[in-house]
Amino acid sequence: MSRYASAAACLAGGLALMLSAAAAAQKALPPLPQPSGPAPVPAILQNYKPVTADELKKPGDGDWPMYRRTYDGWGYSPLAEITPANVGQLKMAWTLETGQVEGHEAPPIVVNGVMFVATPGNQVLAIDAKSGDLLWRYKRPIPEDMLLLHPTSRGVGVYGDKVYFAAADAVLVALDAKTGKEVWKTKVEDYTHGYYMTLSPLIADGKVMVGCSGGELGIRGFVAAFDAETGKPVWKTYTVPAPGEPGSDTWPKGDQWKTGGGSVWIMGNYDPATNLAYWGTGNGGPWMGDQRPGDNLFTASVLALDVATGAIKGYHQYHPNESWDWDEVSPPILVDYRHNGRVIHGLVDVARDGYLWELARVDGGKIAFVAGEPFVKQNVFTSLDPKTGRPHVDPARKPGTGKKADFCPSLWGGKDWPPVAYSPKTRLLYIPANDNLCGTSIGEKVSYSPGERFVGATTTLYIAPGADHIGELQAWNLDTGKKVWSHPFANSQLWGPVLATGGGLVFMGGTNDRYFRAFDAATGKVLWQFRTGSGVIGVPVAFAFDGKEYIAVQSGWGVDSARMQARLNLVRPYQFPDVPQGGSIWVFALE
Amino acid sequence: MTLAAGLGLVVAPRLVRADEEDAKRERPQPGDLLVKIGGDPAPLAAKDVPQGGPQILAWPFDPAGKTVRDGSRLNKVLLLRLDPAGFDEATKARAVDGVVAYSAICPHAGCEVSRWLAPVQHLECPCHFSQYDPKAGGAVIGGPAPRPLPALPLKTVDGRLAVARPFTARAGFQQS
Ligand code: FES
Repeated sequence: MSRYASAAACLAGGLALMLSAAAAAQKALPPLPQPSGPAPVPAILQNYKPVTADELKKPGDGDWPMYRRTYDGWGYSPLAEITPANVGQLKMAWTLETGQVEGHEAPPIVVNGVMFVATPGNQVLAIDAKSGDLLWRYKRPIPEDMLLLHPTSRGVGVYGDKVYFAAADAVLVALDAKTGKEVWKTKVEDYTHGYYMTLSPLIADGKVMVGCSGGELGIRGFVAAFDAETGKPVWKTYTVPAPGEPGSDTWPKGDQWKTGGGSVWIMGNYDPATNLAYWGTGNGGPWMGDQRPGDNLFTASVLALDVATGAIKGYHQYHPNESWDWDEVSPPILVDYRHNGRVIHGLVDVARDGYLWELARVDGGKIAFVAGEPFVKQNVFTSLDPKTGRPHVDPARKPGTGKKADFCPSLWGGKDWPPVAYSPKTRLLYIPANDNLCGTSIGEKVSYSPGERFVGATTTLYIAPGADHIGELQAWNLDTGKKVWSHPFANSQLWGPVLATGGGLVFMGGTNDRYFRAFDAATGKVLWQFRTGSGVIGVPVAFAFDGKEYIAVQSGWGVDSARMQARLNLVRPYQFPDVPQGGSIWVFALE
Repeated sequence: MTLAAGLGLVVAPRLVRADEEDAKRERPQPGDLLVKIGGDPAPLAAKDVPQGGPQILAWPFDPAGKTVRDGSRLNKVLLLRLDPAGFDEATKARAVDGVVAYSAICPHAGCEVSRWLAPVQHLECPCHFSQYDPKAGGAVIGGPAPRPLPALPLKTVDGRLAVARPFTARAGFQQS
């Protein structure tokens, strides 16, 4: 017998022994000790103060209590310890793995020194924001038969002693902030019919508001409000009207409205002065507009909803009869700006259709058009109606059923879901754009089957000839309507949400080289960069603890950033290699 | 029984069908027939599947309980009829009169594998363009799919297509 064979025999004998020992042990094994009583609540959570409505209206300087920190959607923190002069010394304070793959897009929400982070996989983590200690973990199983086209979450909401999570399977969950245990859960819609949720809930006026994704699965979009204390439904407003409702005359006579799309992907912004919330709506379903003739209100629009009742008080449709997959994913930010010498009480939206839209909030919730201009290569709109902003569309660049069209920007648009940031100090608007991307689309007839894909289009993506960059961080002065600076990325698309700080910095990741960067807010110069394990497509935030400023962000490439990367790699093989997935939270501070 | 207990295994007795809901959600079982989704409710025969493609979609149908197993989209079965001369051995063994059956749900992220690329005889998922070879056990030809399409071995019962054995692998996809 050779040494190896005898070793193998030994092993086999040993195994047999172990197995029979295990079998014996199995019989005799005493029950596992059960922990007695609930787990002890860490001190930081015992001292957790309920978040008040006033704190949501005016967050403490060191807090980041909602998706964009403030209801106006600015993504701005006044913290000013980290500046262009010292950001070069920024160091990692702590990091934590989330244990999930796919797109980690949520901001770390920070209040009372506690960080709440939503990740893919229906997970919420509570973490000691200073030390990085994991305080609790909530996880809700995703049904095995659920078709989840965008496995991501864009964050939790906090209010009172609860944390609100829009679970992927279209269930709204309220967690006890101290323990991570479910306080209530309410079914928002039926996932087997294509409804799913990716957004952070908007909390205002004692209500929690959410909407559903699923525009590719034949849904009818809506925003719904629930009582923050009990989870009871309060109102539900569809983004696609039923026959007889206002706007229904912009739909054909058939059943198209039932599967008309108008998804709500992102939390709305909110004006406490008027109790109106502004929501962006997705494209129509299926994708080809000629299968649902008409303007198709309120798809590809912004809606002003009365938070008390859900009533639609105003709207602006960016482009009628949507046919390019240009969802108006993000809502406009609420900001006043100058235009032709006048101060406009405004809304500004950086749209997937490649236009920067300047709108006005007028009395009673109406939304008026002010101006619009392209911020990336756009060859579909030949002009805008000067009064209404309605685009004149080049018919050759509008795809249809059996009709192929070539257009820029691509189906992912000039800017997709990643939010812009606005700094009141520089009065600049920071846009994470994708320029020079174009594509083709051709429609086909499609039949509806509940919960299945309902798209009816075949698309391609290409890089415009002669392009010297794709991703581009742009800074626009809202008072002059001019681009002030831009930072191009030659070999990467850009999927980076933006943070602006009072210290004069802009933070953003979003590129396929896995870097997270700090830019000089005034000039666009890169002042610091840090390489994480995966691509950084999370919303960055700033918070303070004991007077010290921290910057936090999730790393975790996936969803659209990865899909666009795969398409780009077809166009320029080997120049857009795979970016590894795997989520982690990163926190930085000066030493 | 003794043996199982000795090995420390727990063998669940085959459950008597609890109720209609469970039966509808249960994956295809041996003996199930196949009915076209959104079509004639009569169980399918090989000749009902178009020769040379494209694929048609079917639900498993339990003839004893008269239950269409449409309670989970993971039960959707894709049927395709091709010339068996091109089949590999495993596929030949699972086919009936050139008809092969696979899970219609893409193992990548769960879309329906709805496209038929006739010139290359591949199935394609429209979501991220994974391609599968139905003549070679559903093997992945390209795209992000992590594993082949699960196959559903067929047999004939009274001239109808019937399920011979369960899916060769778990139908569905990894939820992240
Ligand atoms: S779901 Fe089929 S390729 Fe992604």
